[in-house]
Amino acid sequence: MSARTPLARARGLGSAHEGAGHWWLQRLTAAALVPLGVWFAAGCVRLAGLGHGEFTALVADPLNAVLLLLFLGAGLYHGWLGARVVVEDYVASPGRRVALLALLAGAGWLAAAVAGLAVLRIALGAA
Amino acid sequence: MPDRPARPLSPHLSIYRPQITSVLSILHRLAGLALLAGAAALVWALAAAAAGPGPFAAVEAFFAAWWGRGLLLAFTLAFFFHLLNGVRHLFWDAGFGFELPAVRASGWTVALLTPALTALSWWLALGGPGA
Repeated sequence: MSARTPLARARGLGSAHEGAGHWWLQRLTAAALVPLGVWFAAGCVRLAGLGHGEFTALVADPLNAVLLLLFLGAGLYHGWLGARVVVEDYVASPGRRVALLALLAGAGWLAAAVAGLAVLRIALGAA
Repeated sequence: MPDRPARPLSPHLSIYRPQITSVLSILHRLAGLALLAGAAALVWALAAAAAGPGPFAAVEAFFAAWWGRGLLLAFTLAFFFHLLNGVRHLFWDAGFGFELPAVRASGWTVALLTPALTALSWWLALGGPGA
């Protein structure tokens, strides 16, 4: 039972923090990112020294490609939820807040699309 | 709601002693933001790799430079810290570890394990037992 008056609800007053669904998704992606992240951390220091051929060969390996796609998906979503909370916490002006949140969503989708396509192209041999 | 007029605030950062609780909390957020920057770099590296050896040369140059490796080190530090402190958060979410002694103990564990795991991962990546 909410203690908010109908007018307060209509005005959108009160805490703007993550809803229950987002809270849960943040924790689910976090749990998934524990093994995925460890796997990625183990690989990324090695990846950083490689030339183009070795880099793409590693990414093209089917197991690595699948894990990388899962890592990117869970990681970008988890990061997006986190970034949104930071904006909601620190940006007071509603106009600027909405603009930044929209920008974040756009950036997230763009990053996911670019990275997803890149991994697929490398893994399917089109790179 | 229009922008509110600025009103005086009670002092906060200027009067409270930093503690393991508050410091790790803000570090967790800062580490998360650092990881977002790293994620952007990862997306760039993947797109460059898919584009071919020419575009990827910029990525190689970045990681060959000392400041590129420095950033990678900072990224792995932020990563392990966020991971370990995140697990600490997950335990809290499940209801465990709220007593103050436990909070401090888990906090210091995270603080000490972070550089340890970072060093371990770098050592393994640079050749491990053969290095």
